Amino acid sequence: MGKLRKELGGCDEEGPSLSRLLEERGVSRRDFLKFCTTMSAALALPVTFAPKIAQALDEVKRPTLVWLEYQDCAADTEALLRAEHPTVAELILDILSVDYHETVMAAAGFQAEEALAKVVKEQKGKYLAVVEGSIPLKDDGIYCCVAGRTAVDTAREVCGNALATIAVGTCASFGGLPAASPNPTGAVGVREAVPGATVLNLPGCPLNADNLTAAVVYFLTFGKLPATDDQGRPLFAYGKRIHDNCERRPHFDAGQYVERWGDDGHKVGYCLYKMGCKGPETFHNCPTQRFNQKTSWPVAAGHGCAGCSQPGFWDTMTPLYQRLPNVPGFGIEHTADSIGIGVAAGTAAAFAVHGVVSAFRGKSDADTSKEEK
Amino acid sequence: MTRIVVDPITRIEGHLRIEAEVNGGRVSDAWSSSTMFRGIETILKGRDPRDAWYFTQRFCGVCTTVHSIASIRCVENALDIKVPPNAQLIRNIIMGIQNVQDHVIHFYHLHALDWVDITSALKADPTKTAALAASISDWPLNSPTYFKGVQDKLKAFVAKGRLGPFANAYWGHPAYKLPPEANLMATAHYLEALEWQKDVIKVHAILGSKNPHPQTFLVGGMAIPIDLDSQNALNADKLAQIKQLLAKAQVFVEKVYIPDLIAVASFYKEWGGIGGGVGNYLSYGEFPDPVSGKPWFPAGVIVNKDLTKVMPVEQDKVTEYVDHSWYQYSKPATGKGLHPWEGESQKLYTGPTPPYKNLNVDRQYSWVKAPRYLDQPMEVGPLARLLVAYASGHKEVQGAVNGVLKQLNVGPEVLFSTLGRTAARGIDCLLIAQQTPKWLDQLIDNIGKGDTKVHNGAKWDPASWPQYAKGYGWHEAPRGALGHWIKIENGKILNYQAVVPSTWNASPRDAKGLRGPYEAALVGTPLADPNKPLEILRTIHSFDPCLACAVHVMDATGNEMVKINVR
Repeated sequence: MGKLRKELGGCDEEGPSLSRLLEERGVSRRDFLKFCTTMSAALALPVTFAPKIAQALDEVKRPTLVWLEYQDCAADTEALLRAEHPTVAELILDILSVDYHETVMAAAGFQAEEALAKVVKEQKGKYLAVVEGSIPLKDDGIYCCVAGRTAVDTAREVCGNALATIAVGTCASFGGLPAASPNPTGAVGVREAVPGATVLNLPGCPLNADNLTAAVVYFLTFGKLPATDDQGRPLFAYGKRIHDNCERRPHFDAGQYVERWGDDGHKVGYCLYKMGCKGPETFHNCPTQRFNQKTSWPVAAGHGCAGCSQPGFWDTMTPLYQRLPNVPGFGIEHTADSIGIGVAAGTAAAFAVHGVVSAFRGKSDADTSKEEK
Repeated sequence: MTRIVVDPITRIEGHLRIEAEVNGGRVSDAWSSSTMFRGIETILKGRDPRDAWYFTQRFCGVCTTVHSIASIRCVENALDIKVPPNAQLIRNIIMGIQNVQDHVIHFYHLHALDWVDITSALKADPTKTAALAASISDWPLNSPTYFKGVQDKLKAFVAKGRLGPFANAYWGHPAYKLPPEANLMATAHYLEALEWQKDVIKVHAILGSKNPHPQTFLVGGMAIPIDLDSQNALNADKLAQIKQLLAKAQVFVEKVYIPDLIAVASFYKEWGGIGGGVGNYLSYGEFPDPVSGKPWFPAGVIVNKDLTKVMPVEQDKVTEYVDHSWYQYSKPATGKGLHPWEGESQKLYTGPTPPYKNLNVDRQYSWVKAPRYLDQPMEVGPLARLLVAYASGHKEVQGAVNGVLKQLNVGPEVLFSTLGRTAARGIDCLLIAQQTPKWLDQLIDNIGKGDTKVHNGAKWDPASWPQYAKGYGWHEAPRGALGHWIKIENGKILNYQAVVPSTWNASPRDAKGLRGPYEAALVGTPLADPNKPLEILRTIHSFDPCLACAVHVMDATGNEMVKINVR
């Protein structure tokens, strides 16, 4: 862990500590500690971890990060712009040295590509890579080229030489929308496109920027990637089912459902299960972390969960407004028994449920329409 | 003659490549190429039309919301569904704040560095900067101490020798004209805007759960229920929050964005004569009145810069060509455009094998198709929107446009330019920032009268639909005229085509060899240093490119459609 931290800082041997850098940028020690406390909360750590995080960030010199965009829609970049603790300005100016990010960077053309090449050459094995968007493999990867090179070509070089890669959003994690049936371009996520790379998946459509900052801080603090489930997703953000943290769960258990958009149940916040909510099969911290400075999340705003952090959700979780079949349990006791909400059991359950859904999709359309009525 | 390549064009959404020929210090010809393809329209086939908005929303995460709006509108048009006034007003508020936030981000974070040299800000005198700021606006953050603080932070950042996202840029380029004080002021506002944008867009989170990609759109209305007495609905508290956020948006546009825009533009007036482009402008009209449906910004077409005539827009006049795009029409042969309802195509990459140095621009060179209106290329965007409104006699638009022209001491002819495009975006932003609170007031008024309806569910059940239906949905997105066309059969999507703003603007040549708007606008652009083509970035960024949007087309033949239906 210490060694990793040293490697991260190694590119800037004489550089001052992060907290000093922040002070110079007008971020007070108090603000810095507040940020560390927020991070502790985002990481689902006890608040007592805050001093440890502060200490760790102090020791780290600004590590270099390069952000690659492939078959993307830039929503994960936009999500980054909405980051609150720390803000995007603090992230890209103070905490990290973001040496390549097409949507943000001032340089263009060959000067932009030079900046990327410099990082790969001079900081081999020491920098962080972030990938947004899927990577097409079909027809030798010609469906996504930047500066005349294919996405898969640059991804293998850049992610293959990175200390670690963070896949932001469902496309970079699992292929996402471009990989939805019939996957016209052979799109895949980073783990599949760059075998052997160290990849942390932060799916979501888009990802929640708070989970990205938490993952970066986790990495800088503990010198390792957070513990993950079998899908490569950190347990601190994806270890629990939405259904189990949902503020409307009591209405599910009580059998109180929205039946029509705008009906009385909808107005008072009944469960959206019958309107197609995929919360019972989706692992993500939306109900607790929420979005846009914790303002809201889909269920709180009256629309069901779409299941966007699950692999293949574009095929397995659609139609959007079709209710999930056979969600176990009406009543807390039964639910707790049959689903099991422990972190360890979570992954296995995700697979099991995924299988159930896939099997159901095989049914005829006639069954589907019946289900909707 | 030199051939130059700018790839990637950064500070845009998506992947754009420009190849240009330079002759005697000017661009003599240019080719616009998009180098990324996903095939989302193929993916849509066979799916539930009520889901389409959720898929098409992912065309783009920068213009998030716009493809949701166009999508629900095309399904509603196909099925003849009228949405309740409250839902229309909520949509207007969502579209309004999207426009405002998007334009501000574009100006400060995507476009400003083409005009603002951050390194020059290091040499600024903070006291003079404060005086400059106070002379153009009464925005309170304008003291010498404040600007010194920003400059000190900048100095500390630069002193570390690691410039991160600001490394390797064209700093010190002779085309940068602003004095150090103006550069420092703009840099300070670059940082302020970064904070501002994440606050004001919370309107989307309150009404639609999150941003980017709000999750609230429904065919027939919206998913946010209204109940003043419920904590789980749009209630008095949330309406008050929205009111405050819209006010915050408006004041920043009035007191920071517009004064900055005018201050910066006054140093670059020669750009009022550069970057004109095709001279044809298309706007679909936007912000329908919740009862009459009449759009606040009118629809229309202007041809050849003639502001004395505005033609009505007819959807059947839109066609797309693929003669210079990496697709092949199976029938009829190339050389003919197809209307989006018949928009069937097959991807056929004929470009060079990567890694490559140059594209075969004489043949096919882009994943963007070439849309045409009555066989003519059209520029779309805030400039087109304002020109159509201006020429149609829209009083507020005429007042705002004339006001800005007067402040810059220039005539309306400068509108047809790179500077005109950038100025029009600011005026568009100002007008919408001032109008959006009025839609909120109307919504509050409606709710006060007891109307809480947000969804028309009469045709929610696909069993109520005809066996076959087709429709189109238009939207004036921040970047301009956006259209979705859908065919529905047996409750499923039979065909889906989107012709989006950046498809119009980033269009390659068509069958007749007519250049697209980017390409035409670049011809004649002066270049001080072909190795640092800052001037190309200025004109391209003035369009606010959004390339993921522009390329979304299908690749399947008609037969494959059946196979891909997974459900």
